Amino acid sequence: MTWWQRLWRRKQMEEQLDKELRFHIDQHTSDLMARGHAPAEARRLAMLAFGGPEQVKEECRDARGTRWLEDLWQDFRYALRTLRQKPGFAAVALLTLALGTGATTVMFTVVNGVLLKPLPYAQPHRLVTLQEQTEHVSSPIFGNLWAFAYPNFLDCQRASRSLDMAAYRFNGGLVSENGKAEYVDGFEISSNLFSLLGIPLSQGRAFLPEEDRRGAAPAIIISYGLWQRFYAGSPGALGKTLVLDGKPYTIVGITPARFRLIGDEGDVFAPLGQDPSPNMQNRDRHPGIQVLARLRPGANLAEARTDLALIGRHLAAQYPESNKERTFIAQPLRPDVGDVQSTLWLLLGAVSLVLLIACVNVASLLLARAVSRERELAMRMALGASRGRLARQCLTESAVLGLAGGLLGVWLAALGIRPFVAFWPGSLPRAEEVGLDAHVLLFAIGVSLLSGLLFGLAPALRAPARGLEQALRLGARTVAGSSRRLHSGFVISEIALAVVLLVSAGILGRALLRLSALDPGFDYHNVLVSRMALSPDVLRNPAQIRAAWQDVLDHARRIPGVQSVATVDTVPMREGNNQVGYWTSSAIPPTNDQPQALANSVSPDYFQVMGIPLLAGRVFDDHDRLGNEHVVVIDDVLAQRAFGGQDPIGKYLWLPEQSSPFSSGPTGDDSARVVGVVRHVRQWGLASDDQAKVRAQFYYPFAQVPDPLMRRWSELMSIAVRTRIAPLNVLDPLRRELRRATGGAPGDQALYEVRTMEQLVSASIARQRFLLLLFGIFAGLALLLACVGIYGVLAYLTSQRVPEFGVRMALGAAARDVMWMVLRQSLGMILAGVGVGIAGAWAAGRLLTHLVDGVPSAGPLTFAIMVPVLVVAALFASFLPARRASRIDPMSALRQE
Amino acid sequence: MVVKFDLPQGTLDLLILKIVALGPVHGYAIAQRLQQVSRDVVQVPQGSLYPALHRLENRGLLAADWKQTETGREAKFYRLTRQGRAQLETEAASWQQLTEAVSLILGMAEGGAR
Repeated sequence: MTWWQRLWRRKQMEEQLDKELRFHIDQHTSDLMARGHAPAEARRLAMLAFGGPEQVKEECRDARGTRWLEDLWQDFRYALRTLRQKPGFAAVALLTLALGTGATTVMFTVVNGVLLKPLPYAQPHRLVTLQEQTEHVSSPIFGNLWAFAYPNFLDCQRASRSLDMAAYRFNGGLVSENGKAEYVDGFEISSNLFSLLGIPLSQGRAFLPEEDRRGAAPAIIISYGLWQRFYAGSPGALGKTLVLDGKPYTIVGITPARFRLIGDEGDVFAPLGQDPSPNMQNRDRHPGIQVLARLRPGANLAEARTDLALIGRHLAAQYPESNKERTFIAQPLRPDVGDVQSTLWLLLGAVSLVLLIACVNVASLLLARAVSRERELAMRMALGASRGRLARQCLTESAVLGLAGGLLGVWLAALGIRPFVAFWPGSLPRAEEVGLDAHVLLFAIGVSLLSGLLFGLAPALRAPARGLEQALRLGARTVAGSSRRLHSGFVISEIALAVVLLVSAGILGRALLRLSALDPGFDYHNVLVSRMALSPDVLRNPAQIRAAWQDVLDHARRIPGVQSVATVDTVPMREGNNQVGYWTSSAIPPTNDQPQALANSVSPDYFQVMGIPLLAGRVFDDHDRLGNEHVVVIDDVLAQRAFGGQDPIGKYLWLPEQSSPFSSGPTGDDSARVVGVVRHVRQWGLASDDQAKVRAQFYYPFAQVPDPLMRRWSELMSIAVRTRIAPLNVLDPLRRELRRATGGAPGDQALYEVRTMEQLVSASIARQRFLLLLFGIFAGLALLLACVGIYGVLAYLTSQRVPEFGVRMALGAAARDVMWMVLRQSLGMILAGVGVGIAGAWAAGRLLTHLVDGVPSAGPLTFAIMVPVLVVAALFASFLPARRASRIDPMSALRQE
Repeated sequence: MVVKFDLPQGTLDLLILKIVALGPVHGYAIAQRLQQVSRDVVQVPQGSLYPALHRLENRGLLAADWKQTETGREAKFYRLTRQGRAQLETEAASWQQLTEAVSLILGMAEGGAR
């Protein structure tokens, strides 16, 4: 019989045991009767020889080896029974725990999905990402790491013995089909990308190697989403022609639903090798090509790195002018989640504090109960229960409580996780991976058991520790004094944890107030910005591009409610910027030593549209065009950096030929005359601009961008519209009007990424606002739990002291004195907690300042505001027990004793 | 006068195995036989026989079936498993060695005193 059979057939085993022992005694009795004893005497003798049958049975049960399980089961049922007996206690404890574990589980679910889950590709741990690395730091922002040059990728791919490589490059474009135009994100990919990732296409096929070359027939793979939107999921889409940026492609494949390339969704995938840009043939150019690789069977990362270094040396020797001191490095592929990581860990930390408070709360409740059960426990010890056995029973009870709370918590988490993800500001990276899974359940169970252990430990260790006779003789009341220290320990830790959360919330609140009051450097009301794709037909000819943009501005200006319109490439507080080196004389230092500035290409009305105040000189006008002198408008930050106290108007900025927007190709460095100074604009957002590495800005006229750059620049252009009415109200007329503007076929120009500047400004502090909101909720929860905890502990301690108060009052203490005694006791605990909490809050403040942009270090003011809130709330919670104590009738109190 | 001994640790198991080895037998009979064979020298509280029996059964050294006795009542009869027989042999052998060694030492000590 296996152990579980023995356990399962417990009843049958008990019956058989009983029968076997009875047989023994009966048999012995009849033997004794046969020897002449009277029946009653015979039975007595037989029983005597046998020993105590109950004791024998107990030993036989021990011999079964399933004793611990039976005990566990017994304890479990006992725990349920005691919980049912006190439904109020059970409800409070369960609710507290469910909230604590629920919130923690939600946060962990997000952490798990976003940070911990491996990427959804075959054998993701074998995937690495490759970059070029130069010996010298090339730019203060990007360090010495580079995207690949296409020829370098091809050579590495051919030469590597340990890695299979694939490449991709971001390439959005205008997709048009039947007069419908939509701007979509997409990628150019090497033919083996899908097979390298181990992702089978849902329909059709991947690219063939011979399609991954110049001059091959244009083929395209579209996303599941685009297939649904454009072709309603019809299988006939395969083989059809899709026009991307004016060029027809044949659809050969469709990706599986929800496919993402390292976190980015793309709608169109074209062969990388077909890209006609001259940059693709140039080993000196790095057109944003990302390389993924998979370790070949048997190879490890160290071998791959040696392999790459060797290839790097070969190429450096072969192509010294481009590849000197340049090598290739491999890193394990990880999901790119940006600053979400620190936000998530912060929130998980904060929510764990709430859980801790919940645990402490339940612990003090349990302890209070354990103290009042001391008599029961002492009785059981006197009856022979061992200390270990009693401690085990206490722990089983708290584990049951913890697990039940955890179960409720998981249920809450399952309900709450989707709303929480939807509530995340902006879009949560890898949101599609967030969901309850085995890891989350394991985590929740672990947390529940751990918290059960945590809050059950104190009562369990305490239970058998007291003097037995004393407990039995006196009952619970009088021995309770010894638990006072433990109880105040609980209160102190609760207060301390609440202080940490409250002050953190306070710090965030002050940060948000400060950020909202900052001057962004422009007037963000009533401005609409939108990226715009011109008709692909127009893009072939620079003169046509210039005319088309002029046409766009003219049409837009005519719309009722529009005050002014401009074009701009990089909009403040939106993703994307152009960093350019500058110098104040023609002796430009090498790239590494050049100061950097943010360059914005704008049309003359831009400053008016954005409401950027002019501080000196003039802004651009229609004379600043191709052929005339190059001019720039700089912001006050650049004026200060470049020219110090001198008047910058009329001075020159020198721009190195590699990055100058005024010319293309090897025509030497450019100079541009400074014609105006404007106010600094917080390009990086309200919160992040102060910490940004590159803050200085200059503006140059879009009209002075040379012909060869016109197409590229045009692809990056946005339009900015200042309106007299609510900006979103002009969107529809704007779309209608622009469709009429000159271009190719009607309806193939498109606006995309439409935002109001108000939205962008608000989004730039969304992270801070979100953190504040959640920390505020957590702090409120902590405050509430701490107050409930203090109330519970004091009510309990006070009730233990009723006889003492009775004596005091009989001896002449006034109600006020008694009340003051109770309040003094609680004030002592509160202040001790505040002391510990302030130290913790200071550390938490340092962490916040470090991790979240725009958060100042915690000033005394924050403490001065938040701490009294807590002290007052805590005193209020202790007031009720204090008042009850003061209303004791001395006579009845003494009689109780 | 009969001298009564407490059994050394583990000896009860050995004695039970030996008795059961003679053929299927129920608990009461084992108790009787223990007393008879040892001429009442070995005396265990009869009840304490049962935890030992159950422990041996759990370890797979004994097996048990419910059968009719000659008086027509149902009783639990124990018999030796193959594993139990092996166990009996090794334990009996080591007991033999132990007692021989002990009596050897005792004999030598007397010789030394002379």
